[in-house]
Amino acid sequence: MTHIATTPGLFPLPDDAKEGLSDLKGHQKGDLVSGDESAEVSAVYDDVREELVAVQRDAGLDRIVEGQARWDDMLAHPLTVHDNVSPGGIVRYYDNNNFYRDPVVEGELTFSGDLAADLETASELTDDLQAVAPGPYSLADLATDEHYGDDADFQAAVADFLAAELEAVPDAVETVFLLEPSLVENSPGDGADERASDAIDTVASAIDADVVAHPYWGALDEKVHAHLLDADVDAIGYDLVANHDDNVYNVAEYGTKDSVALGVVDGQNTLVESPDTITERVDWFEGRVPNDFEDVYVTANTGLFYLPVNRFEEKLRALGAATSDESVEEAEVEA
Amino acid sequence: MSGNREQFRPEDHPNDHFLLTTVVGSYPKPKWLDRSKDLLEDEDADFGADEWDEAKDDAARLITEEHERAGLDVVVDGEMRRNEMVEFFAHRIDGYEFNGPVKVWGHNYFDKPSVVDEVSYDESWLVDEYEFTASVADRPVKVPITGPYTLANWSFNEAYDDEESLAYDLADLVNEEIEKLVDTGARYIQIDEPALATTPDDHAIVGECLERIAAGIPDDVRIGLHVCYGDYSRIYPEILEFPVDEFDLELANGDYEQLSVFEDPEFTADLALGVVDAHVADVESVEEIEANIRKGLEVVPPEQLTVSPDCGVKLLPREVAYGKMANLVEAARNVEADLDTGDIDVSAPTPADD
Repeated sequence: MTHIATTPGLFPLPDDAKEGLSDLKGHQKGDLVSGDESAEVSAVYDDVREELVAVQRDAGLDRIVEGQARWDDMLAHPLTVHDNVSPGGIVRYYDNNNFYRDPVVEGELTFSGDLAADLETASELTDDLQAVAPGPYSLADLATDEHYGDDADFQAAVADFLAAELEAVPDAVETVFLLEPSLVENSPGDGADERASDAIDTVASAIDADVVAHPYWGALDEKVHAHLLDADVDAIGYDLVANHDDNVYNVAEYGTKDSVALGVVDGQNTLVESPDTITERVDWFEGRVPNDFEDVYVTANTGLFYLPVNRFEEKLRALGAATSDESVEEAEVEA
Repeated sequence: MSGNREQFRPEDHPNDHFLLTTVVGSYPKPKWLDRSKDLLEDEDADFGADEWDEAKDDAARLITEEHERAGLDVVVDGEMRRNEMVEFFAHRIDGYEFNGPVKVWGHNYFDKPSVVDEVSYDESWLVDEYEFTASVADRPVKVPITGPYTLANWSFNEAYDDEESLAYDLADLVNEEIEKLVDTGARYIQIDEPALATTPDDHAIVGECLERIAAGIPDDVRIGLHVCYGDYSRIYPEILEFPVDEFDLELANGDYEQLSVFEDPEFTADLALGVVDAHVADVESVEEIEANIRKGLEVVPPEQLTVSPDCGVKLLPREVAYGKMANLVEAARNVEADLDTGDIDVSAPTPADD
């Protein structure tokens, strides 16, 4: 069994970039990333990407994300920058005090290349690249469809869109995290649960790299979990921070893939988990399920933009230390 | 119906009916106040803490008087001394620490604080602010306070087993602060709980917080609760059990689509109805606002109706904010006159005798 330290991305901007970009771009909803940023703005994002990659490398993470610094609209980003999508009003992002622009899909979801372009740049910075993307169920859930007209058609179109976007990422990408918080927060009912699994399967099948379907903010309904097991992904994520008992129950009762991702670091709280605590949480899970896993991704449960920069960096170091070969005691001193 | 609203009727009130007019709290800061803040942060400028205090006093006086000029029955200083609704209080409560800004949306951030220890009361939060505003105001002054549930929910919790126990501890501190405000003369307190809109299932926690907040506060002190931008059907009618006189609700923004939520069962508290949109930079006409006020009369009789904007108006241009206040007051006075002459038929049930 290999323990792989990683994160679901969506990092906070470094504080100087928060200020610099807000001066360059502005504060209003029309000022946010559109996919055709000025050279000046792009240059800032390139610097930020380099900085975020370096922070992860220094922390000893095994998979390095590009950081999603450009994702002003969080997981809705791949749609809000699309040519056939109009960014609508500011709407609440799940049950949080965060907001994003409602992507109103007004035309066909053709290939955009936005994800691949950022990953292409990142691939020059690291050999352990991990892509992060919204899963097709969450992306459809976050959007408003004014083109496809039917929930099932829209779900399928979003899946095809993501499949094409991820098919285009560079070969250097080793792992893809598909983030699916909506599978927990807006649990699909009869029929929609199977469609969600099919959509994830469509996306996963287009990707050569290892694919992790990662729901968070709780545990999946049993039936949703059972359907998700039918999708051709390499690992499923379990958010042990939000709900460890129901997640262990799902795995013990229905089984899981050969690999898992374990959300053991709280992406939304400044309390920093020690490497010991991280190890204990992983051991706790492994001790309660019969499986013999190939890979265990040891990760934060959610994206990390919820945190101030100092705590974000401490959490990365704790994750790196918990999975390093060094003794935990030594690592703790570093963290 | 609350028995403590008559104390806010101005002596020279022109009509028999009285629709209490007020605001939620925040108001656009004058540009020179922002410039003063820049000066304070500029090490080369000859501008220190005393000058900054004076600038805040000037702004508080200016906006209080601007509210009075608009004709409002109960005024606020526009929260000129407060930067943000959670930060301001967290800086004054022991047990909080700050680690840096976090994203709200786009490039809008706030210094979300962390609770790292048991919270406790240190210096007073708002007594100075209230004393100053009351000293410059000719009208009664309302004091908005961020509620304990929002203070808990919009902070990182490192120290408590759960958010609920943190909220209850904070509620006890809010109670202590209100007691001090009441001793200083405050008679109108508004608890702001916007976080309830994001997690409506927690209404019982907010209810318990309010029980702690209201404990020992005399009946002649009016307590309101402001909740905005959520699905009210998920908290109504449960909120009627809360020990508050008045609910201040955002309804103009959704064009009163949610008004029917409050028709059944009967709305037994006072309703502070949002009659102008806080996030649209066009000033609603007096006629339009009159129509909005009449919508409120479908839910409560005039004796229970307060007229107010949807929410704090700090994001609007200042002249737009003023235009909305002035039109709001004019519309309320017109509706009162129509009620006096019997030109408006109140469809809401008449209040039960109590």
